[in-house]
Amino acid sequence: MSKKISPVKRKFVSADPDKCVGCGVCEYACSSDKEKVYNPIKSRIRVVRLNPLVNMSITCRLCEDPACVAACPRDALKQSEEDGTILIDEEKCNGCGWCIEACDYGAVALHPEKKVVFICDLCKGKEKQQCIAWCPEEALDLETSETLAQKARVAAVKKLFQEAMTPAKEEKK
Amino acid sequence: MLGYAGRILRVDLTSGKIETEPLNEELAKKYIGGIGLGMRLFLDNSKPGTDPFSPDNPLIVATGPLSGTMIPTGGNGHAFVSKSPASFGIGEAKSHGTFGTEMKRAGYDAIIITGKAEKPVYLWIDDDAVHIMDAQHLWGKSSAETEDTLQKELGDFYIRVASIGPAGENLVRVACILNEKTRAAGRCGLGAVMGSKKLKAIAIRGTKDVQVAKMDELKDFIKVIHERMKGPAARKYRTLGTPENVLVLNALGALPVNNFTYATFKNADKISGEYLNERFVAKIIGCNSCAMRCEHTVVVPEGQFKGTMTRMEYESLWALGPNCGVDRLDVISKAMDLCNQYGMDSISAGGIVGFAMDLYEHGILTSEDVGGLDLRFGNYEAELELLKKIAYREGIGDVLADGVRMAAEKIGKGAEKYANHIKGVEMTGYDIRGLKTAALGYAVSFRGADHNRHGAYAPDVKGSVDRFKAEKGRGKLVREIEDMYTVIDSLIVCKFSRGTYYDGFKDLAKYYVLATGVEMSPQELMLAGERINNLGRLINIREGLSRKDDSLPYKIMHVPIPDEGVSKGAHVTQEELDLLLDDYYEVRGWTSDGVPTLEKLKELGMEDLADIVEGK
Repeated sequence: MSKKISPVKRKFVSADPDKCVGCGVCEYACSSDKEKVYNPIKSRIRVVRLNPLVNMSITCRLCEDPACVAACPRDALKQSEEDGTILIDEEKCNGCGWCIEACDYGAVALHPEKKVVFICDLCKGKEKQQCIAWCPEEALDLETSETLAQKARVAAVKKLFQEAMTPAKEEKK
Repeated sequence: MLGYAGRILRVDLTSGKIETEPLNEELAKKYIGGIGLGMRLFLDNSKPGTDPFSPDNPLIVATGPLSGTMIPTGGNGHAFVSKSPASFGIGEAKSHGTFGTEMKRAGYDAIIITGKAEKPVYLWIDDDAVHIMDAQHLWGKSSAETEDTLQKELGDFYIRVASIGPAGENLVRVACILNEKTRAAGRCGLGAVMGSKKLKAIAIRGTKDVQVAKMDELKDFIKVIHERMKGPAARKYRTLGTPENVLVLNALGALPVNNFTYATFKNADKISGEYLNERFVAKIIGCNSCAMRCEHTVVVPEGQFKGTMTRMEYESLWALGPNCGVDRLDVISKAMDLCNQYGMDSISAGGIVGFAMDLYEHGILTSEDVGGLDLRFGNYEAELELLKKIAYREGIGDVLADGVRMAAEKIGKGAEKYANHIKGVEMTGYDIRGLKTAALGYAVSFRGADHNRHGAYAPDVKGSVDRFKAEKGRGKLVREIEDMYTVIDSLIVCKFSRGTYYDGFKDLAKYYVLATGVEMSPQELMLAGERINNLGRLINIREGLSRKDDSLPYKIMHVPIPDEGVSKGAHVTQEELDLLLDDYYEVRGWTSDGVPTLEKLKELGMEDLADIVEGK
């Protein structure tokens, strides 16, 4: 029990949308490390660009009571008590895709050849997550729900007091 | 041969025949990929003298051996090649973003499109499955609308689309081919070639793996380049971006204003890169695989055009701004956005508007000729209106849509003196009257007026040569940069990354070897660069171009810069141009007519193309 981490302290990979430029280096870092090929559809993190201003990479959020685990009819998925990652039993998984449908973040994907699902495992055994290590914009980092909430609060207050935060710019107008 | 997909796709729109063939590996090594391989495939699949709008004129799109990999800027490019309806010589244009990446994963090094469809169609390439689809519902739409519609219809957000807008459909000779809404294969009017084939778009999805020969070593090298990209070599692109040039060129008296009437702009501060970044740039984004990010996305903050969002680079800013006497960034942003909506090369489009304004100011075009538009320099409303007329070939727009060279021929009355073009392709934003190394580079560029075939403005602007002087030695300078640039466009990596290759061809050869597993020394790669420049030349010779076409616009040669300051009086005389050309041809190993000799072709392993130069 000593190793078990409380859900609010679980660290997952998160992108800062202000910094993310949608370059997809994280996808290449992931697929080349995990699969020895360059192919975004084999990456555990995916980029979404809605328009030039809206870019973000998304991967597993290590949810509490994860929907993917609940959805699996074959008990192929379970959540690691140690770090919250989703463990996949490739023998049991038959690629039905219910977990893909259940995930609110699109963080589960089906391997095109192996026909089993794959999910971010935080590069277990490596010194650093490869997407974080390679991100040229330093937009990716390990976050917890606590640190994210804190950042959101700061951003919200900044926005509320935008004018007071940027007096210099106001004067220039 | 890893890196390459190993396959070429052929589509004939007349017969509907679709087939694939293996990539010729010898050809691939000799011509690399991108524009090199594309131009060679063009040469082998076309007949001399074919009209650019004939079904027999092939339109080729090529990726490079690095496309689809993690190599920064190398993963994402694609090149279109065809006979240009503007120059009637070789036309090539690259674009970046993600289209080339997807094409490589679909498993194609090149796509050769011939024929002409009866009704509007688009090409849907889903890995190995290739379909010619009805596009009547897309005809008339902008590239952005086309992309959104196709992603929705085909049901995949990650499908990539390269398409033409109304200008391409209307055979406007400056039409471009856009992908991801703001990225254009802009120059040489290749969008009109696509339009002539009734091909609205190429939609592509690739799910295959891209494998490289030495993954671990390649990643180590990529890490090195990533670090360099954080340093001074990429500073400009990461900060102010190319619009930094506005004040730099203005200070040098090399910023063309009012269709090359002046070389300095009194309101340069209002359109500077500094001002743009301060007030307009909302975010700087990056292409696939890039570790630099350069794409300055602007959002107009206030006024009539509030909310207009577009990408902004120096060349477009210049063409649609100072070249037309316009000093408002909101207008320039709107004009840029319109060029994207219509699918026109913003450089040439701005060149044409400036040309029309010049003719109007000199009474060569009257108010009646132009449908009542007040085409004085600086009238931004008239500029926006004229862009539309050109795209839809309405009124005077129908004449101007053929580019400044053909329009001047039609208008007569000395209009050619105001037509700033080389080989029928409109000038770009450097006043080369006082940049004489660049002047040579522009004159000999195989795709017509262009700064991106040679980058020969660099020694002039940096001051490593006397920029007002034409002298021997400039030929060598131009040749060296040209050979590097053709390699950059063939691999394909981004020109903005050129400064990060500290060891030049050695670095680029390393990329090639690690990705493909094929041996390639820096010297061999340099030779390939030379080979590709000769190839461009050979195609132009086959199409009837010669020394006389290595010329400069009338104003550059006959109207000295009038502005007070360092550049005053500068222009390029015929004598100077001849000296520069002779010097260049000599270092190229060409005859005094600019024709590659048989010995040169043998040295480059191009004996198979000797028939083109025989008797010339």
